[in-house]
Amino acid sequence: MKPKFGVVVFPGSNCDHDAYYALKNYTGSEVTFLWHKERDLQNAQIIILPGGFSYGDYLRTGAIARFSPIMNSIIDFSKKGGRIIGICNGFQILLEAKLLPGVLLKNKSLQFVCKDVYLSIENNRTFFTEGLSKNIALKIPIAHGEGNYFADKETLDSILENDQIVFKYSTSEGIINEESNPNGSLLNIAGIVNKEGNILGLMPHPERASNPLLGKKDGGLILNAIVNNFAN
Amino acid sequence: MFKAKVLVKRRPSILDPQGMAVEKGAKHLGFNNIRETRIGKYVEFTLDLADRKTAEVELNEYCNKLLINPNLEDFEYTLEEI
Repeated sequence: MKPKFGVVVFPGSNCDHDAYYALKNYTGSEVTFLWHKERDLQNAQIIILPGGFSYGDYLRTGAIARFSPIMNSIIDFSKKGGRIIGICNGFQILLEAKLLPGVLLKNKSLQFVCKDVYLSIENNRTFFTEGLSKNIALKIPIAHGEGNYFADKETLDSILENDQIVFKYSTSEGIINEESNPNGSLLNIAGIVNKEGNILGLMPHPERASNPLLGKKDGGLILNAIVNNFAN
Repeated sequence: MFKAKVLVKRRPSILDPQGMAVEKGAKHLGFNNIRETRIGKYVEFTLDLADRKTAEVELNEYCNKLLINPNLEDFEYTLEEI
């Protein structure tokens, strides 16, 4: 059975419709929008916090969205093992809500970076990546000004110990080096899960690379893996 | 009533790319003695409370819950009765 997705809409979300479209049309799943002032998750089985500039990125990215009424329901949902995916600004919100460890700083270059990058899959034993081959680097776009992942030593040690790094920026051959790091992220980190493995945060936008007509399909591989893993 | 003035500072261990870029600008302008530029935030607000202790508790809670991200920032403040 395919999951029902809930895509949260904050004031300033701008990838909510992309996520809705990709999940509905590419994976054929049921999708519903969840307004941030609501508390009802409408029986959604996987929650998406989409990209954008929630609350204009005021104060810090994700800092105010984290206190929207729907976030209380999402935190309760996560404690029961509910699956959550934060993409770009959604990742920033998950960090502010402390559902994931670490912070995202301004890009090292101080510039907003909008381009296709390659991702190496570091952990394909998570709910979100099982079934994806570790041998292929995925080509997926990023578009952010604050995606420079940072964690203090203690946090990073715990992330490594629990195998929480899911995606790293790499070359098209899957080589992880400084040249392939678009924003200065520690260890080229592009996406992580929590210790329990039910929450994923990532800066790249799989929903923007899931329509073969537009020439990009690798994001769709991730979305399909999630739908398939839910069914199994 | 109290007036609070809060200074939000990036913790010393956290890289500050913005501060580094600004310092580069300073060098271009010929300021060769400028070192360790760090950029923070200044926030001011009033607290509609009569008691200083209660005001301090609320101020600290506001800072810790919303104004700062403890992973990233520290804060200091002054609280003046008005």
